[in-house]
Amino acid sequence: MKLDARIPSGPIEQAWDKAQFDMKLVNPANKRRHTLLVVGSGLAGASASASLGELGYNVKCFCFQDSPRRAHSIAAQGGINAAKNYQNDGDSIYRLFYDTVKGGDFRAREANVYRLAQNSVKIIDQCVAQGVPFAREYGGLLENRSFGGAQVSRTFYARGQTGQQLLLGAYQALERQVDAGQVTMFPRTEMLDLIVIDGQARGIVARNLITGKPDVHIGDAVILATGGYGNVYYLSTNAKGSNATAIWRAYKRGALFANPCFTQIHPTCIPVSGDYQSKLTLMSESLRNDGRIWVPKQQGDKRRPDQIPEDERDYYLERKYPSFGNLVPRDVASRNAKAVCDEGRGVGETGLGVYLDFSDAIARLGEETIRERYGNLFDMYQRITDENPYKVPMRIYPAIHYTMGGLWVDYQLQSTIPGLFVLGEANFSDHGANRLGASALMQGLSDGYFIIPYTIGNYIASTRLARVSDSAPEVQQSLSSVKAGIEKLLSIKGKRTVDSFHRELGKIVWEECGMSRNAAGLQKAIGQIRALREEYWQNLNVPGSGDDLNQSLEKAGRVADFFELGELMCLDALERNESCGGHFREEYQTPDGEARRDDEHFSYVAAWGYTGPGNRPELNKEPLEFEYVHPSQRSYK
Amino acid sequence: MKLTLTIWRQRNPGSRGKFVSYPMNDVNPEMSMLECLDVLNESLIERGEEPVAFEHDCREGICGSCGFMVSGIAHGPEPATTVCQLTMRHFKDGDELVLEPWRSRSFPFLKDLVVDRRSFDRIIQAGGYISVSTGSPQDGNDIPVGKEVADRAMDAAACIGCGACVAACPNGSAALFTGAKIAHLGILPQGKPEQDRRAVRMVAQMNTEGFGSCTNIGECTGVCPKEIPLEVIAKMNHDYLAGAWKERHKVVTAITPVTDWELAKK
Repeated sequence: MKLDARIPSGPIEQAWDKAQFDMKLVNPANKRRHTLLVVGSGLAGASASASLGELGYNVKCFCFQDSPRRAHSIAAQGGINAAKNYQNDGDSIYRLFYDTVKGGDFRAREANVYRLAQNSVKIIDQCVAQGVPFAREYGGLLENRSFGGAQVSRTFYARGQTGQQLLLGAYQALERQVDAGQVTMFPRTEMLDLIVIDGQARGIVARNLITGKPDVHIGDAVILATGGYGNVYYLSTNAKGSNATAIWRAYKRGALFANPCFTQIHPTCIPVSGDYQSKLTLMSESLRNDGRIWVPKQQGDKRRPDQIPEDERDYYLERKYPSFGNLVPRDVASRNAKAVCDEGRGVGETGLGVYLDFSDAIARLGEETIRERYGNLFDMYQRITDENPYKVPMRIYPAIHYTMGGLWVDYQLQSTIPGLFVLGEANFSDHGANRLGASALMQGLSDGYFIIPYTIGNYIASTRLARVSDSAPEVQQSLSSVKAGIEKLLSIKGKRTVDSFHRELGKIVWEECGMSRNAAGLQKAIGQIRALREEYWQNLNVPGSGDDLNQSLEKAGRVADFFELGELMCLDALERNESCGGHFREEYQTPDGEARRDDEHFSYVAAWGYTGPGNRPELNKEPLEFEYVHPSQRSYK
Repeated sequence: MKLTLTIWRQRNPGSRGKFVSYPMNDVNPEMSMLECLDVLNESLIERGEEPVAFEHDCREGICGSCGFMVSGIAHGPEPATTVCQLTMRHFKDGDELVLEPWRSRSFPFLKDLVVDRRSFDRIIQAGGYISVSTGSPQDGNDIPVGKEVADRAMDAAACIGCGACVAACPNGSAALFTGAKIAHLGILPQGKPEQDRRAVRMVAQMNTEGFGSCTNIGECTGVCPKEIPLEVIAKMNHDYLAGAWKERHKVVTAITPVTDWELAKK
């Protein structure tokens, strides 16, 4: 398939202006004749639903949680980037663009990233106007902090709850449109299939999780804003309900899935403590502003941290990367933590942990300042571990956190199925092979507030949309396939629970397609995943019925999709014979252990197409061109 | 450690519910309350029984999905902690914990420990926002907000909408939830233009939903996982009084509560 990213020609600074001007418009009276389906109510979905409702479209918004306010964007802690240069420290749109392309290890599309940097400025203004209580200085102006992968302070924040406050801003805008009658909200409703008619996305089949009934919803376009797929790994920092089902079912209806192996391991999470563990808890990257990361120089040093003298500690990030120090990007910080633990210098009972130490910062700034900056994070750490991080260094370890891969979209955020748009983490577009901190919130809101309202109008205005009835054969086929899928899961009546399979799948993918990968391991993982999937369909036990609230059934459908996606992740990782960003192939590294890219052969987006059950998916390539930021070996030394 | 979980089991709103006791023999003190339920559910499924339905999502205490009574206290005995972050080390070997759903007629029952909290969304729909459409507002720094003001707004904005305040209140009042949003927006300069209308409409919606009145008992703030201060209720009453007087000639219409799931789809 020839992939046309529809990137506007001409200078990158004017690309988005030009694209906006070239787009067709839908006149206000006509907008109300169009129904748009938005799946997901996080930052991208809520901001899109609100903005499209304000424009006058009829919007139906779906989320599986009991309220749109629960979406997992709410858990983002540290902040949101914007190129405001309020700090007079040399920031600019171009610098944010540059940092993001470099941070993504030259595997993102330049034009998209530039537009993201441009929109970042408007996002802050919009959110302030909505009443988002960003941190302020005494003079009343907005305060900033710094984040990994950048040498300027451009991160805006609301204590350690930035995601919560931005989401509540978008949620409130959404509820305002519900009140205005422009948006109809469908909570506790899960999309299980995409309806494609004459090659256009025209609707979804979604199951009401309370009554169990799958329903058909027809619209003129479908917008997926359903987040990432980190829960393939079972243990992740994602919410328990976060899933890939919507994007995966869209993939099976013809949308291409791009760069599935680009997953991000976040360096600062609370280490695993036992087998029962259900999820991992992130400690915001902002902690690396003031915390110093170290391990003992000696292997197997079991002394308490306060008994290890200064000269027997290895502040390995500061030692190896003097210019960025503890603020190197996430992939670099994570890999180095794994390396010191592999050397036997990890701390804590399991040996899988490193110290994040605030004693120097407390001595320099006082405990009160540290409490002001990170109080809620310290409280959370203490609640979980029963240790006081003001007195004892935190123990942290990397965990899966974000997925840069997702459905392939062009510059207009449209997938390879006309009328199917994909926003936020669910698409692949802006972060390349590694996302910088405080950029996920930025992308979700940029897509939802400032991009989709334009591009959807262009699609509607330039497309012939025939009337669709519920009885159309494509609609009935989707509906019956959803019903059959539910029946199948309920009818196996085997011995093992969904969670036991999910945990095992997660372990395979974490071991072989996690922080570092190699060809033999990936091949082995593909075999293991297939065998386990076979067992899943023979030996799964889903209790209860499909006619009421059945949380096991919900999970069973999601895990079935994780099996297939997990295999695709391994296949993609196997095909990409280079290391870049979060994708670290052991065979491809520099002499000092850094990722070695191969721009000559792999400077492309790998977009996989579904070819039927059991068949090898088809690999399509979108070449990446770098006219502005020239690919170089990323160095943070 | 050993614990007994005595849990409210009820299939659906139409059936009769009852408490069922489940002995747990191997509880790790590092587990969270919800992980303890995960372990129980795994064993129930293996025994061919239906697992306990409970709500949860982020398990970091921020999404507001989880919540139930633990031996009579909303979210259990630890202050400022949701059940997803309530670790079992706070209980003693041999304890019996009684788990039951939020009880409020404004939170219709659904299954086991799950209730319907859409009434909270409708209170927000009734004015819990600042009316700015997406576009090109003024620069963020054009509206200076003093640090103390921003901090107070943030204290109120920290509400996660879990519903513990309602469950803990002997009157079943939602004043802490409603007051938190009225305070968050009303304290900030951006929220001033709609201050009167917001308070009047949100309070009307709260009453329409059937929540009880506030009599300043303070149980709500005591169980609140985000420690929303009681003063947000004073702010609500203040704004409501002023608004009710200034808007006395206007008719306030509340949103009709929808509780039936079949109806909600239409």
